[in-house]
Amino acid sequence: MDINTLRALATPIAFVAFIGIFFWTFSRGRKKGFDEAANLPFADEEDYASNVQREPSVEKNTK
Amino acid sequence: MSTAFDHPTYNYRVVRAFTIMTVVWGVVGMAVGVLIASQLVWPDLLANIPYLHFGRLRPLHTNAVIFGFGGSALFATSYYVVQRTTQARLFSDVLSGFTFWGWQIIIVAAAITLPLGYTQTKEYAELEWPIDILITLVWVAFAINFFGTIAKRKMKHIYVANWFFGAFIITVAVLHLGNSAVVPVSAFKSYSVYSGAADAMVQWWYGHNAVGFFLTAGFLGMMYYFVPKQAGRPVFSYRLSIVHFWALISLYIWAGPHHLHYTALPNWTQSLGMVMSLILLAPSWGGMINGVMTLSGAWHKLRHDPILRFLVVSLSFYGMSTFEGPMMSIKTVNALSHYTDWTIGHVHAGALGWVAMVSIGAVYHMLPVVLGLKASAMYSTRLINVHFWLATIGTVLYIASMWVNGIMQGLMWRAFNDDGSLTYTFVEAVDASYPGWFVRVLGGAVFLLGMLIMSYNTYMTVRQANSKEAESFEADTQTA
Repeated sequence: MDINTLRALATPIAFVAFIGIFFWTFSRGRKKGFDEAANLPFADEEDYASNVQREPSVEKNTK
Repeated sequence: MSTAFDHPTYNYRVVRAFTIMTVVWGVVGMAVGVLIASQLVWPDLLANIPYLHFGRLRPLHTNAVIFGFGGSALFATSYYVVQRTTQARLFSDVLSGFTFWGWQIIIVAAAITLPLGYTQTKEYAELEWPIDILITLVWVAFAINFFGTIAKRKMKHIYVANWFFGAFIITVAVLHLGNSAVVPVSAFKSYSVYSGAADAMVQWWYGHNAVGFFLTAGFLGMMYYFVPKQAGRPVFSYRLSIVHFWALISLYIWAGPHHLHYTALPNWTQSLGMVMSLILLAPSWGGMINGVMTLSGAWHKLRHDPILRFLVVSLSFYGMSTFEGPMMSIKTVNALSHYTDWTIGHVHAGALGWVAMVSIGAVYHMLPVVLGLKASAMYSTRLINVHFWLATIGTVLYIASMWVNGIMQGLMWRAFNDDGSLTYTFVEAVDASYPGWFVRVLGGAVFLLGMLIMSYNTYMTVRQANSKEAESFEADTQTA
């Protein structure tokens, strides 16, 4: 195969990869995992709990 | 500082050291910035001392603010965030100490060699090859330390901030190795292995991604931790943050050619760089919106929390400069803006407005924690507020004066008379730039004043932590 064919193919491959990532990210089954991940900054709170009141994210409120 | 602050699990010692040095290098680098801005207004200033000539001090300014201030902020926050979101101690205390001292030696070496005139002449990669080797060693240690911590994490997920920090570490390694490939001819002199247009392309592949990965991806990592943490609520959309991450890192790497419009670079490469820069607007704004919307429904917090204000205003400046950047990469716009002060204004909208402000917000949040105090418990919140306004006013003065100057210079350079001759000589454009350059000195000085107030606040917070610790030590010994 000509090297330039491969170079040209890189663009559609990147596009397909992006669509793939998009659907992977927004698939229903991943919601729980992502919610857990999103709360990681608050998972260790020994020195923090006192001055922060945790609130649910906006995204969750709208669902 | 004693070890009594030390956290049972985390290595806060290295975070503390890098946080303090963030403030120190911030003051030094910005002071040099104000000095060289003054040299443009008063050209006789220090003109007789070759070591303090504008041409030698300018790279010192960029190295001190980007690698000294920005670099220390990135080390401090990445070490802090990776520990707190994985709930694991840093991989190695030895490597942590090595990265701290190694990085400080690199900045000091820059401060010595650049005024002496030792330079590879590549923008943001001026340091000569022996220092480049030290940078490589420190960076490898940083990578092992960071990814080693991720590997031993106690949590299942890897928080999105760590993805951004990870991409920053890997890409900067690749960029540094690629662009710093040189043939040394003596201890302090080397020549690039590339030549001509290829050398320029490699340089701006490096240069633009120094912006994209050192000054953006790393600081986005900072944003994804400190904005939610300071606002007390998770990021607006974690899903958006994943799409943001992959889109940003896969697009940034192609944008470099926009630095070489209308040069010997092949035309198609220039157009490609322009198109990729335009597409880059999407992920940049996706990330900006994700950060700002984290506050949706909690806007009132901005009213009484100057740290949150620093973080949110940094995102506004980020949104502004990532809109301006793609516009300036359009070839017809670039024909006006290139080589003018507009470029410098654009850089500082990002550097002062985004990078410095998000770092300052992160330091104000993090410093009390690593000193064993409560989060955000700085010595004076009022002084943080004063700093916020000084930083904002300073940035606005700086970028507004550079817009005016840049557009004026661009228009003067391209003005033609009816007979086809140039309307203005170059020196007329220089003369017309003086008022703008003076306003820039003013803006820079105001920003620097804010940094000095930050230093005082930092010093007093450390003192407070020290005395608190001494008190508790006395109390302990009395009861015993």
